[in-house]
Amino acid sequence: MHQDRPTPPAPAHPGPGIVATSMRIDTESDVAAVCRVVRALAEHMAFSRSAAYSLATAASELATNLLIHAGGGQLQVAPLPGMRAGIELLAEDHGPGIDDLRLALTDGYSTAGGLGCGLPGVERLMDLCDIDSVPGHGTRVRAVKWR
Amino acid sequence: MKIPILRLGRILLVSIQDDLTDNDAMQFQSDLVERVAEIEALGVAIDITALDVVDSYMARVINDTACMVGLLGAEVVICGVQPFVAMTLIEMGRDLLGANCAFNLEQGLEILNRRIATRGDIHIDEDEDD
Ligand SMILES: Nc1ncnc2c1ncn2[C@@H]1O[C@H](COP(=O)(O)OP(=O)(O)OP(=O)(O)O)[C@@H](O)[C@H]1O
Ligand SMILES: [Mg+2]
Repeated sequence: MHQDRPTPPAPAHPGPGIVATSMRIDTESDVAAVCRVVRALAEHMAFSRSAAYSLATAASELATNLLIHAGGGQLQVAPLPGMRAGIELLAEDHGPGIDDLRLALTDGYSTAGGLGCGLPGVERLMDLCDIDSVPGHGTRVRAVKWR
Repeated sequence: MKIPILRLGRILLVSIQDDLTDNDAMQFQSDLVERVAEIEALGVAIDITALDVVDSYMARVINDTACMVGLLGAEVVICGVQPFVAMTLIEMGRDLLGANCAFNLEQGLEILNRRIATRGDIHIDEDEDD
């Protein structure tokens, strides 16, 4: 089961508190926990406040999708090394997959009575958003925001 | 977690917290609708000062709540939208929160009172004398 408070990223290379965290998303409180982890990491890496909010909101959308559409999954939050600092969100599940990606990325499209703004929102909030989905097998969304 | 509903005359005030679960949201909406009907509220201020991440789920809860209250004939205003929340919401999608926003509670209450005053069908009966 989840811990009610995510363990803060442990000091590690390449800087204090800058380390990848992978979290299982099975409940609403896991979604909230992932948001906190993302914000803490963004703060640590000196992202602007608006970028940190964008990242937290995108993480919330991806985690909520894992919960609602895939019956849970794994969300990894990782700092990207290199010249240009970035944060990567990687959401993976073994849920039903997405039949029509174009449709899923259309504003207002939802198979669950939502606003249908989650995935299109993630696309706009992040600098990069890649979706791989195999109907019947699962979905993998990778999204990156540069500092 | 139960969301308290405060009453100021015929205006109701609710503050949404960030740890709102799906169940809390449903409970809160039914409590609020009941209360609006009970006191025949003229206006409802939904305060979201405490929210610094408003994702599409939260936006939907807020919108649905505003919509329900509107159907009962009360005016609604959403107040306390944090600047970064507003920026993120605009980036996420056009009018995710609709147009009924005010910067803070004070401004929200002012907007409510003004709107209520211009409604011809309702008499504000705070002063009993006509
Ligand atoms: N991990 C997933 N597994 C399977 N289907 C998914 C997944 N994520 C998204 N989808 C599909 O893509 C659609 C669009 O997703 P999106 O997040 O944009 O909207 P939503 O989740 O339905 O509503 P909301 O606006 O509350 O996010 C979903 O309705 C669902 O059909
Ligand atoms: Mg979604």
